[in-house]
Amino acid sequence: MENLTAILPELWQATKETLTMLAIGLTLSGLFGGALGIFLFLWRREKLLYSPAAYFIVGGIVNIVRSFPFVILMIAVGPLARTLTGTTIGPVAASVPLAIAGIAYFARLVELSLSDVPKGVIEAAQALGASTRDIVFKVLLVEARSSLVLGFTSLSVSYLSYSAAAGIIGGGGIGDLAIRYGYYRFQTDVMLITVIGLVLFVQLVQASGSHISRKIDKR
Amino acid sequence: MIRVESISKTYATREGPLHALRDVSFHVPQGKVYGLIGLSGAGKSTALRAINLLERPESGKILLENEDLLTKNVQELRVFRQKIGMIFQHFNLLSNRTVAQNIAFPLEIAGWEKRDINERVSEVLELVRIPDKANAYPASLSGGQKQRVAIARSIANHPQVLLADEPTSALDPLIKNDILACLADLNQRLGLTIVIAAHEMKVIRRLCHEVSLFKDGQVVEELDVVDGKIAPQSDFGKLFVEEF
Repeated sequence: MENLTAILPELWQATKETLTMLAIGLTLSGLFGGALGIFLFLWRREKLLYSPAAYFIVGGIVNIVRSFPFVILMIAVGPLARTLTGTTIGPVAASVPLAIAGIAYFARLVELSLSDVPKGVIEAAQALGASTRDIVFKVLLVEARSSLVLGFTSLSVSYLSYSAAAGIIGGGGIGDLAIRYGYYRFQTDVMLITVIGLVLFVQLVQASGSHISRKIDKR
Repeated sequence: MIRVESISKTYATREGPLHALRDVSFHVPQGKVYGLIGLSGAGKSTALRAINLLERPESGKILLENEDLLTKNVQELRVFRQKIGMIFQHFNLLSNRTVAQNIAFPLEIAGWEKRDINERVSEVLELVRIPDKANAYPASLSGGQKQRVAIARSIANHPQVLLADEPTSALDPLIKNDILACLADLNQRLGLTIVIAAHEMKVIRRLCHEVSLFKDGQVVEELDVVDGKIAPQSDFGKLFVEEF
């Protein structure tokens, strides 16, 4: 127990760091990954922005990013993180590789979700004179919204485990704390409390995601 | 009002080129219900979808009030499409929008004011006789009601013509009559020109004034419907009438 009391301030600090990484990473992935996913979808459809070349090139880059083990990606984009944030240590710097991995991951999830929108519905919108922009914002994103929420939930959960890995090279956060005290110093109670905390957090995220997704699904 | 002049459309398939339309021409007069009829795969649906360029023909002309749609750019085509309503066999409603929001969709993209949209939505809901369904989601409606919503959506922006692609083929027999009556009513009351692709005699009997009979991507005959009947001269036409 005395381990836990001693560590309380650091636990609080680590929680803040994890939440910072999640907030920055998820915001960037949601925006850029979302936009990228929409384009990947549009480039593949003959009656939308059909472009096999763009799909091949951008899709290829997404695949390359996704094939990196996260730890390696983190080291590889270290110089970029330094350029963007002025440092390679701390939660903000760690958000750079997190965002890059997240953008690639979420782009594919969004592309997949949009593919589930029935072709006929898109065609009906076109027949009524909708522009591609109308189709994206009034048809695709609205019709796919519950599966998009599930995708984002799944991204958030993956992020938590990515952010733990980011801790190893100086990102900080709860994962880092668990490794330093729980593993290196054999403080099993610290390990236990962080793991329990993470489990509860994931349950909460998943439960809210599923609930919202069901709530907005009128199909 | 609509003049389709010798359009052709070929699809590349694994077994070689498929001639979906070969030199097809027909003329839809203002205020009439015009049927594109034939067996499945005859090209009637492709011909219908060529009118608003959902399928772009390789050659020929699509004249809507003497303007050739095939010469229009993307922007111009969108404006034309806003004046051409369309309904489908499987309704194609937006499932995460209410009935009222579905009907509002073409008005939103045409840039209507919110107040005008609400007014117009109530108007067309009355017109297709489902005023109590405004706030329902499509999933809670029957097939016939869904098609009524689709019809309401397609006529909301005061189109010059309504394209109907097998609108009754997915419906129960009694509901079919209902939807055909609804379309006939719109044609009579609003003078709405309708082009309908169908393979059932019932549609011809109850709704059409003139028809083109399709076979293998070609128009075999253009016929007037007299007293709900057509009197084809060709062998295929006679067979079609007998069998359906």
